[in-house]
Amino acid sequence: MLYLDLFITFFKIGLFTFGGGYAMISLIQTEVVVNKGWVDASTFTDIVAISQMTPGPIGINSATYIGYSVTGNVWGSALATVAVTLPSFMIILSIAFLYKQFKKNRWSEAVLKGIKPVVLGLIAAAAILLVTPDNFVDWRSWLIFICAFIASWWGKISSIRVIVLAGILGWIIYYI
Amino acid sequence: MSEYFQLFKTFAKIGSFTIGGGYAMIPLIREEVVLKHKWLTDNEFVDYLAISQSAPGILAINISIFVGEKLKGIKGGVVAALGTALPSFIMILVIAIFFKNFRDNELVNSVFMGIRPAVVALMVVPLMNMSKNASLNRFTSFIPFLTVILIVTFGVSPIWILLSGALLGLFHFYYTNRAKN
Repeated sequence: MLYLDLFITFFKIGLFTFGGGYAMISLIQTEVVVNKGWVDASTFTDIVAISQMTPGPIGINSATYIGYSVTGNVWGSALATVAVTLPSFMIILSIAFLYKQFKKNRWSEAVLKGIKPVVLGLIAAAAILLVTPDNFVDWRSWLIFICAFIASWWGKISSIRVIVLAGILGWIIYYI
Repeated sequence: MSEYFQLFKTFAKIGSFTIGGGYAMIPLIREEVVLKHKWLTDNEFVDYLAISQSAPGILAINISIFVGEKLKGIKGGVVAALGTALPSFIMILVIAIFFKNFRDNELVNSVFMGIRPAVVALMVVPLMNMSKNASLNRFTSFIPFLTVILIVTFGVSPIWILLSGALLGLFHFYYTNRAKN
């Protein structure tokens, strides 16, 4: 019943994480490392590092990786990934329906008015929390930061181009 | 091109290029969904962001379901979420099966050392645009700053701050209404 267990565990993770990827990591750690013992702590650290180094949401990345490590096949991966997103479908689809109904409602407007400034703060906090010694290794990291900011703000260069160029810059600065 | 394919392609592009988690996805989603395809206005985008953030689950998946549902109903939501998840699913699977020591590769490491600071810079830019559209006044403009302090300095969970924001909105509405009567 490993598959059922895997499904229930990741469904629970998807249902009970509020507040973005990093909050999810701590819940995944509690469930997968401490409660189930599916992977050990050092493997889990590797999974987090790989998730951060590859594109995509961290929640999806860890579900895919852990699903594979636990079962040793692709179906385990797919099952864990579907399980972690399933609560989102149920919740967001219901909210989307309510949003259409209550968009013009003055009470829901009032709630959103209170939440919107918080969201701006959440994004700013997320950016500040990413300024870590792992992400900013030396002064050249700050140079890349400034170049990326100028390219995006004044240059109106698309984010994808900025990311690709920054990758090339990293390769030139740190590898060659 | 079919609208479903357009939806899938857009979110697959977003999913393939975001490094560093859900919040890093926000600038890309805004560029594609608001500026390029004009599926949402900037004001609606902040609404969607606020709601997706208040609901449990993966932020990027929540937003893609929300946007997909608006355009094409439930099927649209599934297609958009699939687009967001599929690139990382395939990439992680390949790494899990073939490259367990991917993390120790010097070349890969150097590329990511370049990308990580740029990702932080990209998160700052839409903040400046979005703050114009969040209808801040002299009472509400302190809220973003307070949020940053609560999270960064005190490690408060975002969900409590979102709840307080919602309550504050309700109280404000209730009292201004009562004052009028």
